[in-house]
Amino acid sequence: MNADGIERALARMAQEVVERARERGGDLAVVGIRRGGVHLAQRLRKQIAAFTGTEPPMGTLDISLYRDDLSELAVAPVVGPTDIRFPVTGKTIVLVDDVLYTGRTVRAALDELVDFGRPRRVLLAVLVDRGGRELPIAADVVGVQLQVPDRDQVEVRLVEGGVKEDEVLVKPRGNT
Amino acid sequence: MIGKHRHLTGLEPLSRDDLLSVMELATSMKEVLRRPIKKVPTLRGKAVVNLFFEASTRTRTSFETAAKILSADAVNWTSSSSSVTKGETLVDTARNIEAMHPDILVIRHPSSGAPQLVADHVSCAVVSAGDGAHEHPTQGLLDLYTLAEHFTGIAGAPAVAAPDFGTLAGKTVAIVGDVSHSRVARSNLHGLTKLGAKVRVCGPPTMIPEGIEAMGAEVHHQLRGAVEGADAVIMLRIQHERIGDPLIPGTREYSKFWGLNEKKAAEWLTPSCAILHPGPINRGVELSPEVADGARSVILDQVENGVAVRMAVLYLLAGGAHEAAEGGARS
Repeated sequence: MNADGIERALARMAQEVVERARERGGDLAVVGIRRGGVHLAQRLRKQIAAFTGTEPPMGTLDISLYRDDLSELAVAPVVGPTDIRFPVTGKTIVLVDDVLYTGRTVRAALDELVDFGRPRRVLLAVLVDRGGRELPIAADVVGVQLQVPDRDQVEVRLVEGGVKEDEVLVKPRGNT
Repeated sequence: MIGKHRHLTGLEPLSRDDLLSVMELATSMKEVLRRPIKKVPTLRGKAVVNLFFEASTRTRTSFETAAKILSADAVNWTSSSSSVTKGETLVDTARNIEAMHPDILVIRHPSSGAPQLVADHVSCAVVSAGDGAHEHPTQGLLDLYTLAEHFTGIAGAPAVAAPDFGTLAGKTVAIVGDVSHSRVARSNLHGLTKLGAKVRVCGPPTMIPEGIEAMGAEVHHQLRGAVEGADAVIMLRIQHERIGDPLIPGTREYSKFWGLNEKKAAEWLTPSCAILHPGPINRGVELSPEVADGARSVILDQVENGVAVRMAVLYLLAGGAHEAAEGGARS
């Protein structure tokens, strides 16, 4: 997937988000899951504004403190900032991540999100759904659906992250 | 693990990067601390035992709060109501507590080196909450964090922001009081010098240990010279038990020469100079109430940051699989 494909996918996702949000009401807010989801959330927010005319509030979640594998890791993972400055209660929260894989990150993000309040509804928007779920979790809005074997990894590289051009790569696990 | 360290018994063994790793994490912990629902499941199922062989309100409450916010179970143990009064040794006490499978022992003890002694005899992680006149490492960390916040210009800001720890480099910090008996002064000295700050120590000659210059401190015996031009002043508590003993004749004399009041602060301190105190304050002795509660004081920021820093320490020492790390099983 190239830069053009990513932009078109995000535009379509934004439209779907706005339509889904209208079904039930509740003001929209966008929350990116660190680190991969944050830049995508910012772009999705702009795209949503293109449909609705207003930019929804934006926040970020770092799920490190909610991981389920802390006692299995030799070194405690680096914790980044969680930053949600708007009231979550009553909102339709669009949770954004780059790649949906096992579903464990989303489980952790949902747990963290509800510690901030009781959203009216949570929608999950991901750029890539690569399959391989280990928990009963599904995305509401998907950029592209892929079937990627466990031995490979999917990497979403964006210009905001310091690369020259946006792209989605599927490559063997292990070498970064 | 803090760097390669399984225990936190002092700031002396830590590298600059180790200090930064704890403090950078503390910013995220401070955000959690300020949430309306201040509870994260991170250390669920972990047990922290606070072994306090000395009186404490701030530090013990702070460690307990930090453990509970991270969902660890905190057990408080105080020596006055324990078998220590029946003559049990420190190592025996620690090993008996260890047999109850805690993940972290937090120890405050009147003897220097007690946490290290316990660390040598138990398999769980040990954190010093202050030992004798040795170190008080979490106080050192929270002071560094609070100073960096002040120098970054975000102290007291409504939203949690990340301090720039690089701002400590080149700053001058004066530590005033009974430096000889102060574990806080020692931890501060180690921490500040590692981050590139200049340290002045000041107090009556009887309260400045010989050879402290070798630790990187500049010695002053006049308060004015020590605090003039300083970017921050850390006032130490003058311990009641020292008063009247030959070290100082009385509180009035101490207050006159080494205490800080509004008049001295206004005349001698730069406008942006912050005032810290590890607590508990002897109001009217080392600090006048107007200064302790004044605009320069970041004393309550210190207390808040203390919880955040201790959350970071507990997370780093309890969060990982220690056995795997020691066996070199890191991937």
